[in-house]
Amino acid sequence: MTSPQEVDTRELRARYPDVFDRPALARLAMPAMIVAALAVLVYGLVDLDFSPSRFFNGLSQLGWISLMMIPPDPGSSLPIYLKALGETLSIALLGTTLAALFALPVSLLAARNIVPSNILRFPVRRFLDSIRGVDTLIWALVWINVVGLGPFAGVLAIAVSDFGAFGKLFSEAIEGADQKQVEGIRASGGSPLHEIRFGLLPQVLPVIAGQVLYFIESNTRSATIIGIVGAGGIGLQLAEQIRVLEWQKVSFLILMILVAVAAIDFISGKLRFAIIGRRAVA
Amino acid sequence: MTLAVSILPEQQLAVLNAAYRQAVSRRRLRLLLGVVVFAAALALAGFGAEVNLRTLFTYFGNFVSYFDRILTLDSGQRVWTDIGEWFWGLRKWLRMLGETLLISYVGTLIGATFALCLNFFAAENTSPSPWLRFVVRRLLEFARTVPGIVFALIFVIAFGLGPMAGVLAIAIHSTGALGKLFSEIVENADMKPVEGIRSTGASWLSCMRFAIVPQVTAGYASYALLRFEINVREASVMGFVGAGGIGQELVVAIRKFYYSDVSAILLTIIVTVFIIDISTGWLRGRLFGKEART
Repeated sequence: MTSPQEVDTRELRARYPDVFDRPALARLAMPAMIVAALAVLVYGLVDLDFSPSRFFNGLSQLGWISLMMIPPDPGSSLPIYLKALGETLSIALLGTTLAALFALPVSLLAARNIVPSNILRFPVRRFLDSIRGVDTLIWALVWINVVGLGPFAGVLAIAVSDFGAFGKLFSEAIEGADQKQVEGIRASGGSPLHEIRFGLLPQVLPVIAGQVLYFIESNTRSATIIGIVGAGGIGLQLAEQIRVLEWQKVSFLILMILVAVAAIDFISGKLRFAIIGRRAVA
Repeated sequence: MTLAVSILPEQQLAVLNAAYRQAVSRRRLRLLLGVVVFAAALALAGFGAEVNLRTLFTYFGNFVSYFDRILTLDSGQRVWTDIGEWFWGLRKWLRMLGETLLISYVGTLIGATFALCLNFFAAENTSPSPWLRFVVRRLLEFARTVPGIVFALIFVIAFGLGPMAGVLAIAIHSTGALGKLFSEIVENADMKPVEGIRSTGASWLSCMRFAIVPQVTAGYASYALLRFEINVREASVMGFVGAGGIGQELVVAIRKFYYSDVSAILLTIIVTVFIIDISTGWLRGRLFGKEART
């Protein structure tokens, strides 16, 4: 006599054959993908000169470095560091604002509901994409060649690379806007410019403001690193102290960066709540 | 057709108008205040960042002519007239690009593995104990907030010059970023399967394995692919501090004013990033449907 469980299983098997007998290809796909991923990983480790001895030597070095970082101590250069931090924050704020100002008109050109023609929109989009494809650090190097070392190059670098990102984000926000209000303006006899000003911008601006604030936040991080290539701010100090192995100062600078980023996060979070409300942030 | 707009009596209208004006003027005042504060902050920032508009105007020509120069060969011709000369080092650059891709792949995979191990401790609903959650969360926050290139700078000193430092830097940064995203997915997971499995007497580990993981794998993979995309960009600049990849070539070309090389390397990087973006986007669309593509 068969147990009730067996009967159940048999019946289920008969009823849902594709659940119990999946084709071999589907069953093998997952393990095959995992094996392939691991093979590439191993190849990568070999190709990139990973070796256990090097790894553990490095780890013990790292351990010594961390020990030497304690306690964090700015020495006598605290005022310089504070000034550098101020510079970093200034770079983030100015760069983001500049980028937003320039990106707004361009994003209109890249939005489907403003410029219906594919031929016109395509080059604008690709242009923005290629700007985004280049990292902020590379832009910083280019601007250093143009305006010389210093924070001003950093501002321009952040502005250019964010210009690409904002162009895309803004145009997406504009495409997501409700068309009914635009149609309403048109129906009451507004010109295309009126449609944008009274139909579109009031819907889009809060979204854009939220994004700009978020970028100021994330640019505080970017601004800390562009100093490494010489574009001013706290990154410059950090890179210098790492090169001369002043570990206590390094850890102090890293702490400063962490605290500053946390503070900016907090402030801009509060501001975003105030501007667009809790719902849109989450 | 006649217009049929009903107009309210004068007194009623006056009251409404006054209320409207008051409401609007209060909003305008707040906006104005905000604008003033923002402008003040900008001015302060401009002072702090040594912004000099004169410099910009004098040198803006340089910016334009810089692009003119990087598009000119040594012979004075435009780069696209002689592709072979322009991309003279293509073989070497492609090898460096391959290294860059490997760095980001290995870094992402290691980072994702660590994030996978840590995220259950960081998620509100699955963490075994509050203090463990606190510690893991701070750890992830630290890994996420310190920029990858700072880790790279330190690792280059500890592990020596080369791609290993870049891989580890990317791995740590990815652990921080993915750990947070992963734990958010776990927090959104349905807890009923966990209860079901716990009621059979299963351990915490089995609960995670059989109740949570099946729900969240798709989200994990999607975020890991997205991270890979970001890491390719990041790996392309790791070479700036000596941590391997194409960045090394680029920084040399920029610093030594090998103009046509700069444009050639930039172009190869941009094309690679495009290809990676498009193919991971396609892959994510294939694997997880359209809604996962955010």
